[in-house]
Order: sequence, then C-alpha cells, then structure tokens
Amino acid sequence: MEGGFLYQAFVYLAAAVVAVPVAKKVGLGSVLGYLIAGILIGPFVFEFIGEEGQDVMHFAEFGVVMMLFLVGLELQPSILWKLRVPILGLGGVQVLATAVVIGGITLLATSLNWQTSLAIGLSLALSSTAIVLQTLNEKGQLKSEAGQNAFSVLLMQDIAVIPILAVFPLLATNEAGTDDGHASHTIIEGLPIAAQTAIIIGVIVAIILAGRYLLSHVFRLIAATQLRELFTAAALLLVIGVTLLMTMVGLSPALGTFLAGVVLAQSEYRHELETDIEPFKGLLLGLFFIAVGASIDFNLIVQKSLLITYIVLGLILVKFLILATIGRVFGMKTDSNLLFSFGLAQGGEFAFVLFSFALQNGVMTSETTNPIIAAVAVSMALTPLLMLLNEKLIQPNFGTKESVEREADAIDETNEVIIAGFGRYGSVIGRFLQANGKSATYLDIDPNNVDLLRKYGFRVFYGDASRVDLLHAAGAHEAKLLIVSVDNTEKSVEIVANAKKHFPHLKVIVRTKTWADYYEMLEEDLEGVYREFSDGALRMGAQALSVLGLRKYRIQRSLKKFRKHDEKLLAELAESRHEQRNLINRAKRGIEEIELMIKDDLVSEASDKDLGWDTDTIKREFAPMFKEYEEGGNLRSESE
Amino acid sequence: MKTLILFAHPALHKSRVNKHIIEGLPALECVTFRDLYEEYPEFDIDVKCEQEMVEQHDIIIFQFPLFWYSTPALLKEWQDLVLEHGWAFGSSGNALKDKLFMCSITAGGPRKAYTEKDFHQHTLNQLLSPLRQTATLCKMIPLPPFVVFGAHGIQLPDITEHKSELLRLLESFRTGSFDPDRALEHEYMNDYVAQLKKS
Repeated sequence: MEGGFLYQAFVYLAAAVVAVPVAKKVGLGSVLGYLIAGILIGPFVFEFIGEEGQDVMHFAEFGVVMMLFLVGLELQPSILWKLRVPILGLGGVQVLATAVVIGGITLLATSLNWQTSLAIGLSLALSSTAIVLQTLNEKGQLKSEAGQNAFSVLLMQDIAVIPILAVFPLLATNEAGTDDGHASHTIIEGLPIAAQTAIIIGVIVAIILAGRYLLSHVFRLIAATQLRELFTAAALLLVIGVTLLMTMVGLSPALGTFLAGVVLAQSEYRHELETDIEPFKGLLLGLFFIAVGASIDFNLIVQKSLLITYIVLGLILVKFLILATIGRVFGMKTDSNLLFSFGLAQGGEFAFVLFSFALQNGVMTSETTNPIIAAVAVSMALTPLLMLLNEKLIQPNFGTKESVEREADAIDETNEVIIAGFGRYGSVIGRFLQANGKSATYLDIDPNNVDLLRKYGFRVFYGDASRVDLLHAAGAHEAKLLIVSVDNTEKSVEIVANAKKHFPHLKVIVRTKTWADYYEMLEEDLEGVYREFSDGALRMGAQALSVLGLRKYRIQRSLKKFRKHDEKLLAELAESRHEQRNLINRAKRGIEEIELMIKDDLVSEASDKDLGWDTDTIKREFAPMFKEYEEGGNLRSESE
Repeated sequence: MKTLILFAHPALHKSRVNKHIIEGLPALECVTFRDLYEEYPEFDIDVKCEQEMVEQHDIIIFQFPLFWYSTPALLKEWQDLVLEHGWAFGSSGNALKDKLFMCSITAGGPRKAYTEKDFHQHTLNQLLSPLRQTATLCKMIPLPPFVVFGAHGIQLPDITEHKSELLRLLESFRTGSFDPDRALEHEYMNDYVAQLKKS
C-alpha cells in the first residue's frame, strides 16, 4: 500500500492503539502487544507496511537511546558506583562466556570458520535492552534484585559493543561489502589510536562537566520563560545532541545519553526532564517493537523453518543456562535468577546492527546472517512470552519467594511525602518534617525558588505538580502523603483532583486561601484542610490576650478550644451552603457568616470555663465539714 | 544559699490562696521564682535551661496546689523531662546532690482531714511519698512540706499568717541560719517555722 507520512503514522498508531490494550487486557504486556501489532500490519499478514519497516526500525532505535537516558536519570552516580560489581562481573562474564560458547557451538555444528563463528557468538551474546527494560519496568521489577542485575548486564553489553565493533574488521575473511554502514563514519577514523582515545575521553569528560555545571543554568533560563514546550524542546535537543556527538566519535549513543542521564540525576530538573522525555521514549519504543514485529521474515522462516527453530531454541537455551549459572555464582536467589535468566535469554537489537556491520566488513555473508537475524527477531518476540511463562508457571512452582527484607533493599529513593509548593508556606512544613527525620520530595514551579532552596541542601525539583506525569515521576504512586501548599488556588484544586483520580491511595493535606476553597476542599474528603492564615491570626490573638494580662496557659487552652469550635462551625456552614447558595449573594455571605460565628461563640463551648479547676462547688458541698473541723479545734498545728 | 521556687498553677485566675502566697516572691533577694505555666503554656519545657537553673541553686522548692494528691500536670511533666538519668540520678547523675528539696503546698482540706482515720485516710506525708522518694533518688535532702491546709475555706488573715511564715523560712535559707537537722524532726515545715518564732 502506498501512502505518505500521515498514512504511515495512522497505521502505526492505530495498530498500537488497538493491539496494546488488548494485549495488556489478556495479560501479555505492552511489548508483546506492540510486536503482535507489528506482525499484523507487516508484509506477511495485512501488508499495510512493506519493507520500509527496516527504516522505521533504525529511526525507532532512538527510543532505546531515550530509554537509557531516562534510566540514567534514575540512577545517582553513587548508586551506579554500587552497581560496579554486577556491571563488570556479571556483565563481563556473561558477554565473554556467551560469546565463547555460542561461537564454539557454531564452529562445531556448522561449516563456518572460527572467525565467523566468533563474530556470531559476540553478536548473539548481546540481549535486547529495549525489550528487557520495558518489560521489567512494566512489571515494576526494575528496582528488584533481578532488575538491577539485568540492567547491569545490559549496560555492560552496551559498553561491549564498542570493542566488538573494533574487532570485527580483524575477523574479515570475505571481500568487504560496500562501505556505507552507519557505524563506520566517524570524524576521528583517520586519526592515530592515541588521538582517538584522547578525543573519546575528552568527549565523555565534556558531557560530565557540562551536565554538572552548565546544564542547570541553561535549564533554569529556559524554565524562567515559562514556556513548557521550550523546555521539552531543550530536553530533546540534549538527547539528540549527545547522540550525534557520540556517533561522531564512534561510541554507542545509548551509552552517551545514559551517562548524561546519570550526571543529571542530581539536578533539580530531573523530574521535569523525565516527564518531558518519557512520552517520546514510549512512542519510539513502541514504534521500535512494531518495527521488529513487522521485520520478522516469515517467508524465510517458512523456507528454513527447521534451521531457524534450531537457532532460536539453541540461542535461548544456551543464553539461559549461562545466565542462570552466572546468576547462581553471583549469589542470586532462585526467584530472581529465573527472572534474570529468562529475561536476558534472547538476541538483541544490537545484533541487527552488528550483523549488517559484519556484512559490510566481509565477516559474514548474507546466507549466514539472514536466518540468524530472523531467529534473533523471533527470540525477541518470544521474550515477553517466556517471562510470562516464568511468572505464571515456573516461578510459582520452582521458585523461592524473595524475603520481605530483600524487597525493602531495592534501590529506591522515593520519599513517603511529596510537598507540592515549596515557597514560604511549604518550606515551613518541609523543614519541620526534615527536623523530624522525614525527608520529602519537593516540587515547585518557580525556578528561582528552586535554585535558592537547593543551595541550602533541600531536594527541590522544578515542575508543575498539577501534571499527573510529574506527580508520577515524583513517586506519587508509591508515596503515602501529598501536601499541597501551593499559593495558587486553581492549581491546588487541580492537583487535588488529579491526585484523587490517579493516585487514590494517596492521603492529601491541602492549604486553602478563601472560605470558598475551604468549603470546596472539605467536601473532597481529604486527610486535612487548612486555612492558611487561621493559625497565625489565632496566635496573634493569643499574644494580645497575654499582653492584656491573661495567663498564658489559660490562653492556650482557650485557643485550642476556639480553634476546634471554629472548624466545627465552618464544617457545618459548608454543609448548609448548598441550600443557601442561591439565596444569598456570595460576597455578602462572608459577613453574614462572621456574624453567625460571633453569635455562636457567645453560647458555645469555646468559652468553656475549665470547671475541673473550679473549687466553688467543692467549697459549697464540703463547707459543713470545714466548719466542723474549725469548731472541733485548731485548723493549724496541733503541736503548737 | 540560693533558692529556686518552681511554681505550678494551671488556673491562677481562679486561685485565692496561691495568688496571695506567691505575690512578691519574685522580688526577694536570693530567690529565683519560676512560674511554669506562664513559662511553658504549651508544655514545651526547655530541659537544658531548667537544668542549668537548678544547678545554680541550693534549695529547690515546688510550690503548687495539691491536685488529686499530686502536682499539677506541668510540674509532673517537669520532673519527667528535667530529672534525666545521668544528670539527676544514676551513678553519674550528681547534679542535685545534697541540695535541699521542699514542697510548698496548698491543700483544700483541713489538716485533720489528712490522717489515717479521717477523710483522706492518709497523712499528707504518706501521700507525698512519691515526691520525697524522687528527691531521695536524686540525692537531695527532702525536707518536710510547708502546707497551707484548708485552702478551700481559709480566710485572708490566716493566709497572711502563712505567707509571713513562708517568708521567714525563705529568709533563713538566705542567711544560712536554717537548720535542716532540726527541721527534719517535724512533720510539717510550718511547725519548724513556728518554733523559730518562739526561740
């Protein structure tokens, strides 16, 4: 079928919108949904799209780059440092062992020479970052032991791509193909090794330094314009810029953006960046999965069904066994290990890149690569199924449940409390919580404010808390309590509405300004509703009474009683206002209500006299006794 | 010697006797008078400040109306918070060692009501044993209490009489003429002061 850009976009989006919800509904997960959508619209079923699926895949690989950026944003450098053992150990051993074993099997089982076998082994050692991370993320397992280890291995694989690309030309045994591969054009190609290394190190250092010292200022300037789309544009620009830079020096773009993400993980704009990049990443990854589905060559699979079945089964089995063995050696519990091993037991998108690179360099021929590429695509498509199989069948029967302590051990710096609005009002709440050892995640819309507070060590993030995605990024789905202390009434109404709708478990305490807001919020059935000035006003009244000579403790009790009475009265008025809404004009209501309250004060418990300390009634009742004693003798000393 | 008076009355505006008793005490030489309910209306006792205050004095007096045979709530809170282990008691808690401790109390009922066979079924000293033992544990020397009995029915001349006795006692603390050994022979400090007057 023919069609322009809009037609293509329509086909891809429609496929996603139809297939993904269905897949999720039946418990298959979104990755499988996208893959199935791709197969359906691909050249072998409905033929909505043809061979251009390959180009789409190249473009959509950018989603993987974005995903690594987001993963980096979630990882403080300190956490990354803690992961150095799984990255180097687990990851390094996995890549080497898998490459050697698969290469060995290929050498023994086929007529291919050792160079080609080794290249195949190296290519197939890599797993699919996109599928694994997305699936783990969807299952909420990314921060578990299995998730962290899987991530470490994938990161190591990303790093390993660089030396693998360097080694491939040395393994060439055939005539090199046409040299137009996208990975081989770098500006530093012609330079000596030392200079190349220096440039690469320089670029990495530049990214780290820029992320640390420069980007915060740039983002602040952009945020100050108050144009949301400009911030989104800047975030995209950053990711694309890093990608180009990395490609120019011949490094993996995913690795570069990951690094940029890690550097920015401590930035106050972290949540905002996450929020802005997230939808692009989601769409591109979806597109990527669809393209993988569409690119599965069913003709070839039918022609060479036996061979491809062998490759798929052999690939998954070998990778699974190696992963499980390493997992055990590194002390993973059975449950985690199963998830880890099933998760990573597939070929990855890097295999596509490496095979096409191998073709260009004459390491392999297309007769060799085509069936393997098809097998890799199939193995990728099978991964979500395998993980589902593990989750539903294998783990319940063979796994040991991870202990509760282990769960709590997961790397997670989400706080229990989110404070929206960290100005003069919210900062008091925040400081008070901090003083009691409860840290919170703070969100504020004023970039200057954010900057100032950051100087004093508060973890304040820039962003509009009325946006659901930002609340989510701040951890609203895991937090216990949301404190809404923003100055803007409309915003706080919006935040409360969103929180109640999307995070129903979240307790909410809100600051209100006018009585109308207060009434409105009271009806929301929240954890707490506060009028911003009432306590300050009462305290001023208390001091007035003290200056006038009343005892302070008496004032304190009176203040508390008055406050209770006041709140009760307001709650009653809030209830009754529905009946009166049309009768009394709003502006007039305020005055009428004050009058009503004053009248009520005169007769209510607000002026209660603390009768426990009153001796009048005691005196009256016991007067005869006192008299008797007085008559009977001396009230005072008997020994006198 | 320097005297610290810790005064606790949550509703002084309703009081007759205490109001009169404490009047003028803050102005006395060598006496520090602390009105706890005025100082800490929200029960936010500053422990460090209170401890320093205590350390600077030789005689500690609790002045309070007897509520349910005990101190008002804030004075109890004061004991709970200020008398820390390691400061007030325990092997290294010697801050209060050898200081004199006395309760100056207003009690609603007459003196006769506080006997084992009468209305309250205990002597006042029996009822005050927790406070006395607290002082002992804190290595202080607990003195007999100074008591204004019959506070519910007492008339102004009698209140004035008690007040002047208390002032005389405070003066003897200041000059050092106070004799703890002789004071300890009496059930109530009032009796010791009455003797002073005689001699």
